[in-house]
Amino acid sequence: MEEQGPAAPMESGTAFQDETAEETPEVLKVKLDIFEGPLDLLLHLIRKEEIDIYDIPIARITERYLEYLQMMQDLNINVAGEWLVMASTLILIKSRMLLPPDPEAPGTPEEEDPRMPLVQQLLEHQKFKNAAQMLYERETIELAVWENPKTEFREEEEELISATVFDLIKSFHAVVQRFQDKIVLEVEHDTVTLEQKLLELRSLLALQPTLYFSSFFERKISKLHLIVTFLALLEMVRLREILVYQDRIHSDIKIVKVA
Amino acid sequence: MEKSELKQILQALVFVADEPLTLNQLREVFPDEDVALLKDSMEEMIREFNEFHKGMEIREIASGYRISTRPEHHEWVRRYLKTKPSAKLSLAALETLAVIAYKQPVTFPEILEIRGIKSSTAVKTLLDKKLIETRGRKKVVGRPILYGTSTDFLVHFGLKDLAELPTLEEFEELLHAETGSVSEITPRGFNGDEQDSAEPK
Repeated sequence: MEEQGPAAPMESGTAFQDETAEETPEVLKVKLDIFEGPLDLLLHLIRKEEIDIYDIPIARITERYLEYLQMMQDLNINVAGEWLVMASTLILIKSRMLLPPDPEAPGTPEEEDPRMPLVQQLLEHQKFKNAAQMLYERETIELAVWENPKTEFREEEEELISATVFDLIKSFHAVVQRFQDKIVLEVEHDTVTLEQKLLELRSLLALQPTLYFSSFFERKISKLHLIVTFLALLEMVRLREILVYQDRIHSDIKIVKVA
Repeated sequence: MEKSELKQILQALVFVADEPLTLNQLREVFPDEDVALLKDSMEEMIREFNEFHKGMEIREIASGYRISTRPEHHEWVRRYLKTKPSAKLSLAALETLAVIAYKQPVTFPEILEIRGIKSSTAVKTLLDKKLIETRGRKKVVGRPILYGTSTDFLVHFGLKDLAELPTLEEFEELLHAETGSVSEITPRGFNGDEQDSAEPK
């Protein structure tokens, strides 16, 4: 879990709990605000509590931060490592603030504020958030602008139509028809299980993310292989391991590995 | 060639070009003309064109010249084309892109440091969309891959070049204006060494 970082309730912890306790104890009403990461949450807390970023009351912020973490865990939101790292950083700063400066420590007499590295990180993060906002605005404008249409058509050639199970069956039927015309000499009795075929398809897809339906049936293979291959494809669609697409209606079906 | 004739031809070339038309391409078309004259004629043509044509405009994008519709008419164009606005980049992708644009060439751990969160999905999206590209490896332990923005990045955001981006310091001022009282206090080191690398190339 990375980009879609944990979400946190927007209301403060106590208010949220009281409200739900009084009104509807069994139904959770949660207003969610997505925080991209711990720095985002901290900036939100600083803004909400109207705190001077250069003079952060570290005990209060740590407390608030931990409340949010607790709430995320209560909501069964996966709290990734970086959230815990920030929690420990806050606690470390808090404990450093409590310690008197070491009189024997060498170096500058003026002790560096233990909060400063975090403040700098927050300010830096905020700058990039503003820069992202600028990019967002520019993108909005550029998406409202069209150039020479020739360029655009070229880009749109990869449009895909979702294929249904019926398309798959129809394609399979066409393959079977083709094979009926051919005389296939079955010399030895070979068996293939669905499991074997699934493994085979998966390793094929690992090498080549896009396969064509017809390519499976180019070689002369027994009817049993045909059927098992088809079943394996259906199974993989069901397990959402692959997607099946067509470029046009009635065209060859594309099998794409789900990323 | 007469300048007036040259300007007409340049207009035609900008119109048929698939991608921003560069001065180098013009040099190939007009090997006998002076580059300064080409550039001067192009700029004059653009000024005149943009003044008289309010449905279209010619802009300098990615160090080239491009003709496009104007954004204010987008609803009508969409109505005709029957298209919906395309998908925009996610907030995570935009933030990651901002870090890469301003800190390039930049490594994965450096992006993590600024965003405070892993950005592998966002970096992959940006690579897939060709908005960023790899720039070799940094000569430090682990030899991490360096990332930078691509020409498509400039086109996607309608930028002439990276220098057209506002500087990071401008966002800092924005920040101070927001929080109010803090503008006179400058934390140690904050305006120091970082500043040079923060400038886009």
